[in-house]
Amino acid sequence: MTLLLKIASRNILRNGRRSLMTVLAIAVGASAMLLFGEYIAFMILGLQTTMVQRIGHLTVSKQGYFELGSGNPAAYGISHYRDVMKLIEDDPVLKRMVNVVTPNVTLYGIAGNFDVDASKTFFGSGVVPSDRERMRQWNEYRFERTRPALAPVMSDAEPARGVIGVGLARILGLCRPLELGDCPDLPKPAQDGTGPAVRDFKELAQRDLPGNRPARGLPRIDLLAATAGGAPNVVSLYVARAEPQGVKELDDSYVVMPLALAQQLLYGRGEHKAVGIVLQLHRSEDIPAARARLASLFRQHGLGLEVHDFTELQPVYKQIIGMMSAIFSFIAAIMGVIVLFTVVNTMSMSVMERVNEIGTTRALGVRRAGIRRQFVAEGLLLGVLGASAGLLAGAALAYLVNRAGLTWTPPMQARPVPLRLLSSGMQTLVISVWLGLVGLATLAALIPANRAARMQVVDALRHV
Amino acid sequence: MTDKESAGAAQVARLREVVKTYDDEGLRVTAVNGMTFDIPRQRFAMIVGPSGSGKTTLLNLLGCIDTPSSGRIEVCGEDVAALSDDALSDFRSRHIGFIFQNFNLVPVLSAYENVEYPLLLLGTGADERRDRTEAMLESVGLTAQRDHRPNQLSGGQKQRVAIARALVKGPELVLADEPTANLDSHTGAAIIELMRGIQHERAATFIFSTHDPQLISHAEETYTIRDGKLVEHRSEAA
Repeated sequence: MTLLLKIASRNILRNGRRSLMTVLAIAVGASAMLLFGEYIAFMILGLQTTMVQRIGHLTVSKQGYFELGSGNPAAYGISHYRDVMKLIEDDPVLKRMVNVVTPNVTLYGIAGNFDVDASKTFFGSGVVPSDRERMRQWNEYRFERTRPALAPVMSDAEPARGVIGVGLARILGLCRPLELGDCPDLPKPAQDGTGPAVRDFKELAQRDLPGNRPARGLPRIDLLAATAGGAPNVVSLYVARAEPQGVKELDDSYVVMPLALAQQLLYGRGEHKAVGIVLQLHRSEDIPAARARLASLFRQHGLGLEVHDFTELQPVYKQIIGMMSAIFSFIAAIMGVIVLFTVVNTMSMSVMERVNEIGTTRALGVRRAGIRRQFVAEGLLLGVLGASAGLLAGAALAYLVNRAGLTWTPPMQARPVPLRLLSSGMQTLVISVWLGLVGLATLAALIPANRAARMQVVDALRHV
Repeated sequence: MTDKESAGAAQVARLREVVKTYDDEGLRVTAVNGMTFDIPRQRFAMIVGPSGSGKTTLLNLLGCIDTPSSGRIEVCGEDVAALSDDALSDFRSRHIGFIFQNFNLVPVLSAYENVEYPLLLLGTGADERRDRTEAMLESVGLTAQRDHRPNQLSGGQKQRVAIARALVKGPELVLADEPTANLDSHTGAAIIELMRGIQHERAATFIFSTHDPQLISHAEETYTIRDGKLVEHRSEAA
């Protein structure tokens, strides 16, 4: 083995320039795969963090809600949801895993600002502000925080304060009160803004809101929705802040309000239910275990509830992972082909130049397998040198990129975040890239090595 | 030991009706055409003849780096035609030393490492390997050049390394194809003297393919071949 590696390493050094080009090609492949892999990992974990902060890891809902509920959320409310939450919170298995358990209400309706005669359909979410604030603190992968805190904009003590999307704020003419920039003026209404529908809405709002305490200095919007019983219902929401949403349709319709207000809107004077119970876990890797435990609990208690994780609720997460994996595979395949051809070319030239040496060593008693091993060892060494150098260079480049202060706006997010290459915890990627390239270089060397091993001794010795 | 076995043991090589043909760009060439002869052990034997007469082919057959198209060859008492490729490699490794016209040293190995190489193939232990390699380098007068690579050696020095490499494992048979052809006459004479001395000292059998009259003058056995056939065999008294 020592002789094998000695001859291999000396032959690599003997053809220094050619070996250097081969090692460089492998190193570039290793660096590219490492950097892109680290970038993808950063992006995916960043996306996961954003989603888990927003919608938790798991959502419990009434059976059938996932497929049909968005058409009529009121019909899929969970009765006695506090009992279900207590069941979850008190379970010894789930207790270890769960960070936050919180109810939510999802609803659709019309939002109006009748001071300027503007209205728009909205997608609303009723939340417990203190729970949501804790959810926003979730940071398993230790990213830099970029989302603003919910408190003191919303708090459990403020029953009518909420947050809306920037797009919706523009449409409802709230740019000035919310001090938003880049806002075009609203077009003048065709009549005087007192059409029959608007008048009815305004009247309903005045009549249904005697109990709401006005929040001083905050603009008010009115939210209209159909209750579970089908009756129209209106509540007022004082908009404390407009937050940009990554998707325009969502930005133009998003309303976050306190849970009690959403329940009042959706259920009126009936039983206040929750449309979902959101669970945020300490660690994402506990999703399967927590989900299985929840299913078991619900089955045991005959609750008729189902559990979905955030990847099911936000299919775009898996789609982005799939797309990135495909791009990574494509890049890896291109790099692999380049490495394959480079090593085959280098080793073929080496074989051609050493035909006489092959004949001599065979005459001295080296078996065909020994010749094969000799050239495979050279391919292996080239692979080891190239992959190691590439990974070191990649690590150095990642260090520089992470300190360059670059920013970008990830998909489905509205704010730019620091661009990072996730270099810690990437052992699997590093080992895979190293093993993959070394294996490929070794495999590539096998082609010319077999050719060398098949040579007839007399023909090789005759070669000039 | 029977008479026949005794006779076999006295021969390092026995050829019986050996034929070797090959295709040369579609043309069928018979390089060795039914040769039958024996080569006795511990002799300085020469295969001589004009270019194209089949000397090198015969040497390749004796060295087990080529196989006959028909006939039987026994080398060191082994029917080599019956051996597999791997068994032939092992056989060469144990029994046969080669000295080439162009020296054929491994360019990335030093003189010491080139000489040590056959012992590594045999799996000789480190201490014995070192002792034998150093002794062999000393006997060819290259102790001072032990760490030189082939490109740092003269033609004569390279051929000395090649001789040391061929002999370090103590082979029964040493085959040399035109070993003095690429050397000047003075160096060639020195190399011949060196081989002659080692052959006497180690009781090995040397078989040469050569045109060199200087080398031929040392022959104890001379096999003259022409057109692939043995036309004359002369033997000097032992």
